[in-house]
Amino acid sequence: MFAQIVRRLAIAAPAMLAMISAAFLLIHAAPGGPFSRDARAAPEIARRLDHAHNADRPAPEQLGAYLLRVLHGDLGPSMRYKDKTVVDIIADGLPTSALLCAAALCLALSVGVSLGMIAALRQSKPHDHILMGLAAFAIGAPILAVGPVLSWALGVELHWLPVGGLHRDEYGVRYLVLPVLTLALPQIALVARQMRAGMIDALRSDAIRTARAKGLPERKVIWRHAAPMAILPVAAQLGSTISGVLIGGLIVENMFRLPGVGWQFVAAAHARDDTTVLGGVIVYAVLIVVFNLAAAVLSRALDPRMRHA
Amino acid sequence: MSEAAASEPVSAARAPNGRSLWRETGERFVRNRAAMACIAVVSLLVALAALGPFLWPHGAGAIDAERIAWAPTTQHLHVLGTDAEGRDMVARLLTGLGASLLVGFLATMLSSAAGVAYGAIAGFVGGALDAILMRVVDALASVPLFLLAILLVVAIPTQDAMQNVMLVVIAIAAVQWLDMARLVRNRISALRRSAFVEAARAGGASSVQIAFRHVAPNVLGPIVLRAVLSAPVVVFLESVLSFLGFGVKEPLTSLGSLIAEGTLDMAAAPWMLLAPAATLSVTLLALNGVGDGLREALDPRARQ
Repeated sequence: MFAQIVRRLAIAAPAMLAMISAAFLLIHAAPGGPFSRDARAAPEIARRLDHAHNADRPAPEQLGAYLLRVLHGDLGPSMRYKDKTVVDIIADGLPTSALLCAAALCLALSVGVSLGMIAALRQSKPHDHILMGLAAFAIGAPILAVGPVLSWALGVELHWLPVGGLHRDEYGVRYLVLPVLTLALPQIALVARQMRAGMIDALRSDAIRTARAKGLPERKVIWRHAAPMAILPVAAQLGSTISGVLIGGLIVENMFRLPGVGWQFVAAAHARDDTTVLGGVIVYAVLIVVFNLAAAVLSRALDPRMRHA
Repeated sequence: MSEAAASEPVSAARAPNGRSLWRETGERFVRNRAAMACIAVVSLLVALAALGPFLWPHGAGAIDAERIAWAPTTQHLHVLGTDAEGRDMVARLLTGLGASLLVGFLATMLSSAAGVAYGAIAGFVGGALDAILMRVVDALASVPLFLLAILLVVAIPTQDAMQNVMLVVIAIAAVQWLDMARLVRNRISALRRSAFVEAARAGGASSVQIAFRHVAPNVLGPIVLRAVLSAPVVVFLESVLSFLGFGVKEPLTSLGSLIAEGTLDMAAAPWMLLAPAATLSVTLLALNGVGDGLREALDPRARQ
């Protein structure tokens, strides 16, 4: 297990470094700069601004200095909000993103696993066909269309829920209902498919035939023997489910104007707030690498065959 | 499913009764009514996007200053209404659909070609180079490449609409080629060690003959399937980029940009949101349906 973690980190750590470097070089190669909107600044002032932010040094040198600062937990000042550091901005957005993604992930796993089991236990019966038809629809229909249309129907037309934005008060949770639902929908469908396939395989296995042959009640066969086997493919895919929720969260935050890290990243990329853009890249890269690692560890822990592998 | 399918098509490619894998696949596909319906929808969408702009009386950029944000009406043939600048929604939709499908097609082709080339090199060369190339793929798959695609679009300046479209295509392909590379590498690597390739080599076939006569026909099915399955993902990525404001630029538009514009005015002019949202959904569902149909046709046992 430990060796496995080390091996995965040995791949992920250089990948993260390369990605951060690529992001840094890309944003620095982009036309214009963070101060180009201050077009009125005299050349001398512009030169001093560049000098103060080391922007007059060659790009590789700036990159080295930046990476060194990042290692010390310093993501630099925002190029847009003069009184904020990037760490401040991200600390502001992270709770929103975390709440959104965690809620969507819990919903996806709980509902997805339940629906997948129902479909598998009624395989090739109407329940199964209806559920899998809905799943195909939920996977195919883009959240890009589903989110705004839900927000129009339930928010604008029916006034049941807020259309977008976020208020951090006792009604705050109402603002998260549509975003969480939009984000969870395709993942529920994916998890349901994985669980159904896992359950169907499990029910066909020799172990289940043995369990039935020795006269166990069906309830025990399913919950004690089949379900733990069936959950393994879901656990194996947990990493990609989490990645899907995180990147989907970025889209949904922008769709519903939730001030999370994804929204900040996109706004910063438009406003050429270079340091905040890089901060967002780092946050997403770290989260995805860490959660994929955790998912891999969990998946191995659940599978007794892998424990000693 | 890739492992289960690995053993079967090897012999089916030159079935003894002379019926090729492709003919059998085609027959199974044609029998699948859902898949045929999806093919019909995709063909219709392509035809609309290709011919629609020439047949429809309104131009996508033509501004009707008298009729701004009009609801759908038969007057002046604004059957889906007009947008906030008085442009006909049908014309905008046809242009947007065209851009989405064009980017989708080009990015699917580019990412597939890149993945096949990369995977084939890793698979055929093998050894240390294979190990290094595949560790690079693992590394890239472990980070959120989509964010880099956004930065790529931000960083590289483009002069005109065509360059901009190509940049978006490249950005999407850069995210999307990894699965294809893995698939091709794994299949080639397995086939290279299979008994029939060993027999061919023992019979004196050259490496080139083995690659093209024995290995290539057996990876073609999975490659086509993977490419078709990635088409809806690619179209989706394009619409996300455009939705976030990093995709194709005005005067060109895409379904993602149209949805983004629609959300701004959805209280006053819901047709501006509903029309592109429905079009994007139909497009993606149909593309997904074609992929699912092809998967079942290539590997009937996968259907449960």
